[in-house]
Amino acid sequence: MIDLILAYFRDNSGRFFGMLDAHLRVSMIALAIAVLIGVPAGFLCVRWKRMQKYIVGLFNVLRVIPSLAILLLMIPIMGTGVAPAVVALVLLAVPPILMNTVTGLGGVPPFMLETAEGVGMNPFEVWTKVRFPLAMPMILTGIKTAAVEVVASATLASKIGAGGLGDIIFAGIGLFKTELLLIGGLSVALLSLLTGLLFAVIEKTIMKHRTV
Amino acid sequence: MSTAIEFRNVTKTFHGANYSAVDHVSLTIDEGEFITILGSSGCGKTTLLKMINRLYEPDSGSVILFGEDISTVDVVKVRRRIGYVIQQIGLFPHYTVSENIATVPKLLKWDKAKIAARVDELLTLVGLDPKEFRNRYPSQLSGGQQQRIGLARALAVDPKIMLMDEPFGAIDSITREKLQDELLNLHRNMGKTFLFVTHDIEEAFKLGDRVIIMNEGKILQFDTPEAIIREPADPFVQSLVDSAKAKEAFWRAYL
Repeated sequence: MIDLILAYFRDNSGRFFGMLDAHLRVSMIALAIAVLIGVPAGFLCVRWKRMQKYIVGLFNVLRVIPSLAILLLMIPIMGTGVAPAVVALVLLAVPPILMNTVTGLGGVPPFMLETAEGVGMNPFEVWTKVRFPLAMPMILTGIKTAAVEVVASATLASKIGAGGLGDIIFAGIGLFKTELLLIGGLSVALLSLLTGLLFAVIEKTIMKHRTV
Repeated sequence: MSTAIEFRNVTKTFHGANYSAVDHVSLTIDEGEFITILGSSGCGKTTLLKMINRLYEPDSGSVILFGEDISTVDVVKVRRRIGYVIQQIGLFPHYTVSENIATVPKLLKWDKAKIAARVDELLTLVGLDPKEFRNRYPSQLSGGQQQRIGLARALAVDPKIMLMDEPFGAIDSITREKLQDELLNLHRNMGKTFLFVTHDIEEAFKLGDRVIIMNEGKILQFDTPEAIIREPADPFVQSLVDSAKAKEAFWRAYL
C-alpha cells in the first residue's frame, strides 16, 4: 500500500498539488466572504437588537440543511464549477462566525461599556477600542470553527466540479483504489488539523493578555 | 472659593419605577471639596453621581459645572473633563497598564513622549514603580493595584472633578485603609473636587470634608461629619450614626 501511495506521488505530484491548491483556494475565498458577511451581520444584530431575530433565524435555517444538500441544490441555481461551491461553503461558514460575533460583542460586561463611555469615548470608539477587541477571541473561535468546516466540506465541492482534494477521493471510490482514498482522506484530515492549528497560533499571538 | 458643582432641583425617575431615584435635589459643592455620598443601596447615590458625567440625564432640573449647564455641552467633552472611577474598576484587559492610563490622552491625541512622561508620573503618584508596572496587563495585578491604575487613568488629563463610585468596595480592609489614606493625601495636594460614593459610614466620615446622606432619592443631611454626629437631622441619619457607634462599642469590648 505504501508503495502504491509513493508511486502515486512520484507520478502525480503535480496533479496533487494542483488539487491541493484548488482546495485551499476555494476554502479561503469562501472563508473570507463568510467573515465579511458574518462579522458585520453580527454587529448589526448586537447594535440593533430587533434585527437579531431575523438574521440569526435565517442563518439557523440555512445551517440545518446538510452541506451536501446545499452543494447539490446549487447546481440548478448556479450550475457547476467554483462559484456555486463557494456560495454553498459561505452558507456553511457564516453561522458559526455570526453566532460567535453576536455572543462576543454582546458578552462585553456592562460596567466595561460604562467605563468606556465614562472616560469619554464616543460610540464609535467604544466599538472599535473596547467592544470589538474584547469580542475578538470569541469571533476568532467562530472563524476557526468555520474554517475547519469549510476545509472539510470543500471535499464535497468536487462533486459539483469545483476541483480540490475531493477529486482524488471520488476517483478512488469510482476506481475502487484504496490508495487514492487514503491519500485524499488523509490529506483533507491533515489540512483540517493544520487549519485548526494555524488559528490556535493566531489566537495566541493576538490574545497575549488572555494567556498571561 | 468658586462653585464647582451645582444641582438645581434635579429629579430622575427610572422607567417603570414608582419612586424617584433622585427626588428634587438641590445642592452646591465648592471647588476643592472632598464630598462623600452615603446611603444604602438603591438610595440614589450612584444615580446622583452619574448625572454629573451625563451617564444619566435628569428628567428635570439642571446640573451645572463651573457655571456651565452640562446639558448644553457635548457629552463626550463633559466626560473627558471629569475623572471617573468605579467599583468594578473597568480596566481594559486588552490594554497594558500604560495603555490603560493613556486612554484619554490618546483620545485627545497627545504626542507619544508627553503620554509616556505622564504615565510614569501618574504611576509614581499612585505608588507604583513605573518600570515594574507599565507593561503589565491588568490580569497580572492585585485588586488594590488595579484600582490604583483605575485612579491613575481617571487622573490622566488632570480633570478638575473626580467622581468615584464605591472605588474601594471590593478591596480587602487593610488595603482599603491604605488606599483611603493615600486618596486623602492626593486630594490635599491637588486641590481637585472629589465626589465619592460609599455605603460605608466610617469611610464616608473619614474621607469627606462634608457628607451627603441620602435615602429614597432625597438628601437627608449635607454637612461636615462632626455636625452630623452632633446633630443628626433626621431619624434615618440618627440610626446610621447609632449603627456606627454600636460597631465601635463592639470592638471596644475586646480591647
